[in-house]
Formats: sequence, structure tokens, C-alpha cells
Amino acid sequence: MKSDYDILVIGGGPGGALAAWTAARSGCTVCLIEKRPAIGVPVRCAEGVGKELLREYMDPDPRWISADIRRARIVAPDGTAVELDERKAGAEVGYVLDRKIFDRELVWKASEAGADVFVKTRAVAPIIEEGVVKGATVEFCGERKDIRAKVTIAADGVESKFARWCGIDTTVPLREMMSCIQYLVTDIDIDPHSNDFYLGSDVAPEGYLWVFAKGERSANIGIGIPASKNRPEMRAKHYLNRFMKEHYPDGKIIECIFGGDPVCRPLPCTVSDGLMIIGDAARVVDPITGGGIGNAMYTGRLAAEIAARAISAGDTSKEALMPYDTEWRTSKMGKTLERNYKVKEFFITLNDEKLNDLARSIEGINFSDITVMGLLTEIIKRNPKMLIELKGLTNALK
Amino acid sequence: MLNIHREICGYCGACVSVCPEGALELIDAWLSVDESLCIACGICTKACPLGALEVTDEE
Repeated sequence: MKSDYDILVIGGGPGGALAAWTAARSGCTVCLIEKRPAIGVPVRCAEGVGKELLREYMDPDPRWISADIRRARIVAPDGTAVELDERKAGAEVGYVLDRKIFDRELVWKASEAGADVFVKTRAVAPIIEEGVVKGATVEFCGERKDIRAKVTIAADGVESKFARWCGIDTTVPLREMMSCIQYLVTDIDIDPHSNDFYLGSDVAPEGYLWVFAKGERSANIGIGIPASKNRPEMRAKHYLNRFMKEHYPDGKIIECIFGGDPVCRPLPCTVSDGLMIIGDAARVVDPITGGGIGNAMYTGRLAAEIAARAISAGDTSKEALMPYDTEWRTSKMGKTLERNYKVKEFFITLNDEKLNDLARSIEGINFSDITVMGLLTEIIKRNPKMLIELKGLTNALK
Repeated sequence: MLNIHREICGYCGACVSVCPEGALELIDAWLSVDESLCIACGICTKACPLGALEVTDEE
């Protein structure tokens, strides 16, 4: 481990790996540290990613794809199921990955491109000189060492601490932290090409429960509810256990994972002097689906490109790094995040009866050339009763 | 004070991100509380999907 790099990346998830990979390819010296003893484990994710999104970075490889998803089904509280095929469902269909292999592959690529990778190495404090982030003190197999860098990229995920240590408030409001639990269940009858989403106050209040195919007879079955909805007697795990008992009583649970998923707006600013924040740490998670892999990869790559440019110009100030913040906010991803935040805020106001109404209104619609506004117009045309409910949303999206 | 039931904790980090004081941290996938920062507000106890955290009167 050297003590000086152009770029230090903290965190070896897809965002950190893409940042390290991109920076190394642009000729920067890069150090990537991961606090866990292995890349990709434990998995804390439902592992779904859109096909188009993924193809922007690499060709799909059967080694890390568990399921090719062609349909999404949204199940309303009364059981009304809305089926969306691949053409209509956008990022909600795609691949269910095997993150244990996928994450390793990404870090391997970063390493092949020249990045130094260290596992079981955690940042314990930032190095800050005259208000400028200049790297981090890290703990590596019990030893502390300073790693200095021209730019430090915080890719430390949902439980991010690094940006906070640098003076940026990364706290997620309780009602916008989804409290999640997921089982990998085998020996069950499922549609191996469908991702199913269950809604309703009995199933997952203000959240959703998912059944993501993970092969012919296995699935990631999980739930996310706002942390504020957890009650001592009825937490996320209780809702999931009840669903399992009702739907898959004979399924074998061979893995059990937990996690928080921030569905808040992104951080107000994702750069500082010598510092960039990406992925879940920057809170660029889709507020509706809770998906974050594609956005983490996007922000990771973009941050590294801007950082490399800033380093070669000899200026890594906040101002020089700001194009990263501006660019992702004005990108398709940034606009989608803002729109989906508003849609999420609207949906959590709907009670079961309204969700059922909505599902029945959508049932049977021909979704060709669908847009959010087009869908809302069609719903109102078919079910004028929904006009009042949807008015706030249509206004917000204008 | 904050009591971590380690036999229940899934080391997922949900509590870390909602702690307004930054008192919680995952170290080697092991949840740790900085008692000098913790104000025992109980927000983390609500975020935990498993009920592994509890605010008690015990010192």
C-alpha cells in the first residue's frame, strides 16, 4: 500500500468499482479500499438492475446473471395484478444479478486496469488540511496508515460515514429510510422470468414486498417499509414472515439479509474541496423502486471522469469538481430521481382502496409508447373518479 | 443508554444512516456505538428491521 495516490476510493460496491476502474483507465493512480473482508459479501440488495442500464457499462455475462426478467407484475391489495412486459416496464425488468460474482468482477476490472485494491481496510478518519480533504487515515489489518490523495471518492454505501466526517450531513429522515429484509428462498413454484411487486397496508405499509426470480425454482423474497412504520410487534421481518407463511410455506430459506435503503432526495451537494460522494452514499437511489446499482455505477464513472480531468488540470477544489454534481443532476438519472421522488410521495398517500382503484384502472390498458403523463391521462379517461387523486401528481410533474 | 442485541443484529447499517448524532458505525460488519455521541433518542431503534436496538435506563 502506497501512501500517495491521485484518487482514493472508499468502498468496493458497484459505484466504487466503476470509479476506480474509470480513473485507472484514465491514467490516474488509484487506491480502492473495502472495509469488509471480501468484495460482494454479504449481499445487501434485491439484485435487480435494468438491462439497458447495465449494458452501458459492460456486456451481460451468464456468470453473474441469475435470471433474465421479461415481465413485472404489480399486485394491488385486493389481488388485482397489473402485468407489464419488457417493452413497458422500463427499469423494473432486466436482470437479477448474482452480486457476489458481479461486484467481484467489477473490482477485478478496476484492478486489471491498474487500481490497487485492499480489502478489510476501513477509513477511520479523513485527512483534512485547511478545509480540503486530502485522503484518509485507514486501518489495515490492525495497523493505521495515512493515504493521501488529490481526490477522495466516498462510495461507502447506505451506512456512509466518510462524508459526514468531512462535515456533510448525510442523515436520512426516518420516514425515508426503508427498513428491508430479504430471504433467498429455494424449492418454490415461481415464474422464473417475472419480478413481482406486492402493495398494500397489510402486506407492506407505504412500501412494497418483492418476489424477484433468481432461477427456475428460487427467488429473492423481501420487503421494505419506512423505518417509521416499524412497531415493536410488527416490524419488516414480521410482515415478510407472514407473507412467507401464506404464499411459500414450504420454501427453504437459504440466505437471510437485511438493509436500509434511502428513498430520500439526493444530498444537496455531492462535492467538496477534494471530495466527491457517489452512489448510495450520495442517496441517488430510485425513490420508487429502491434500486441503486445502475445509479451508483453512473455516478461512479462520472465522478472519476471529472476527478481525472481536475487532477490533470491541477485543481481539485470544490469548484473544479462541481461539474460532477451539476452533470448528474441534469442527466436523465437526475431528472428521473426528482420525478420519481414526487411520484413516491404521491403514492404513499394512497390507501388500499385507492390503490385497488388505480390497479383496476390500469388493468388492460395498452401500454404502447407509455409515458408517465400518458398513463395518468389514460387512467383519468377510464376512471374519472381518480382525477382528484391524481391532480396533485400531474401538477407536480408538469 | 443504547443496548445492542448482538444476537439479533443483522449489521445492515439502517440505524447508522438515521442516527442524527453519527454515533453508530459498522466496524468489520460489527455495529458499534460511540457512547460519547449517543443521546439515546431512540431513532435507531425504529429503523432496525429486526428490533435489535433498545434504549434502556441501565448504565
